[in-house]
Amino acid sequence: MTKTCLIVDDSRVVRKVARRIVEDLGFACEEAENGKLALESCEKSMPSAVLLDWNMPVMDGIEFLRRLRDMKEGKSPAVIFCTVENTAGRVRQALEAGASEYIMKPFDGEIIQSKFRLAGLIE
Amino acid sequence: MRTPDFDIYKDLLRERSGLFLTPDKSALLEARLSPVARKWGFESLEAMTAALKENPDPHLIIRIVEAMATPDSSFFRDGRPFDYFRETILPRLMDSRKKERALNIWCAAAASGQEPYSLALILKELEEGPLAGWEIRILATDISTETLQQAGQGVYSQFEMQRGLPIRFLLNHFTQEGEKWRLHDDIRRMVEYRYFNLLDSMTDMGKFDAVFCRNVLTLFEDTRKKDVLERLALQIEPGGFLALGTSENADTLPGLFTPCPGQPGLYIRS
Ligand SMILES: C[S@@+](CC[C@H](N)C(=O)[O-])C[C@H]1O[C@@H](n2cnc3c(N)ncnc32)[C@H](O)[C@@H]1O
Repeated sequence: MTKTCLIVDDSRVVRKVARRIVEDLGFACEEAENGKLALESCEKSMPSAVLLDWNMPVMDGIEFLRRLRDMKEGKSPAVIFCTVENTAGRVRQALEAGASEYIMKPFDGEIIQSKFRLAGLIE
Repeated sequence: MRTPDFDIYKDLLRERSGLFLTPDKSALLEARLSPVARKWGFESLEAMTAALKENPDPHLIIRIVEAMATPDSSFFRDGRPFDYFRETILPRLMDSRKKERALNIWCAAAASGQEPYSLALILKELEEGPLAGWEIRILATDISTETLQQAGQGVYSQFEMQRGLPIRFLLNHFTQEGEKWRLHDDIRRMVEYRYFNLLDSMTDMGKFDAVFCRNVLTLFEDTRKKDVLERLALQIEPGGFLALGTSENADTLPGLFTPCPGQPGLYIRS
């Protein structure tokens, strides 16, 4: 089965860049521009991975993550934050909410690959 | 660079650090050495080359060797070798050394320290469990004193922190200082840094249960590489572990090193 990744970021440019990298890692991608739309996407079909921005309008990343983890199948996806938030406090908050890994922007292909590997998503 | 000039550096580097320069590295050589020439007050790289021919200043030579060292590294580089060390090698070593309760590890091309610190982080996690009361020594050496100094500080950029380091390690063992992250002293002190050139005699280094010599021999000539591996073998306990880079191998020495099945670059000392 193909692995799927939901890319959640309010910037279309970031989603596009990330999508290309994640597709190269062998994932089929969906996109959402805020946490609310991301939740709707997960209700329709639970992805294997979520690449998640923190600051977004309507619903932010941490709120999305908490709600996702409360959903029926919501424990299964690996959730990797990808955000400009770069303090230890934020990282702790994310891990406590159930994040699997954490990327501090700016990112590149190598960093995403390294973090996907750490999250057990790829070999 | 003119061929005779290129050859001066080629010979010098081959002799001093083992680095083997192929002619296509001429541009790299110029890019790395021009700043050295400037720093030493030479008018140009040609002027530095002329001075070297005239009177080879040993301090300048050290700087040249350092400038040509490529200290790129990352935490848990390539992932798999470190998983394999933790899951397969470490339990075996702990069994064979259970009487002495001591482990000796050597990172022989430690660069900016990510490799020895990755090992320290792995071992630290076991310190409260199966490795409680064990004496663990991680010796980290390199030919570049500049790099060693940086390694000893244990300070890394955000970019370096994201390559290979699991986020829980960042959270538990580093403190943010502006744009940088500083490794905590308890881990930092687990690693002892020292200058060592792989071309020099190793007989005084002692014996090790595991040696990491990754991504350095690939730059050497085959005969050099073989020579280093033969001498390294003498410092590794039988049944001990050797980790080379994932694209490196010790296949020319089947009597000394047995490959770990399915693990490129990893060997057991026969
Ligand atoms: C590419 S780094 C590898 C770092 C680390 N082992 C890794 O795999 O991530 C190579 C290092 O080898 C060091 N080196 C080069 N020649 C050496 C020699 N003759 N003796 C000891 N170290 C050497 C360089 O200074 C550099 O730091």
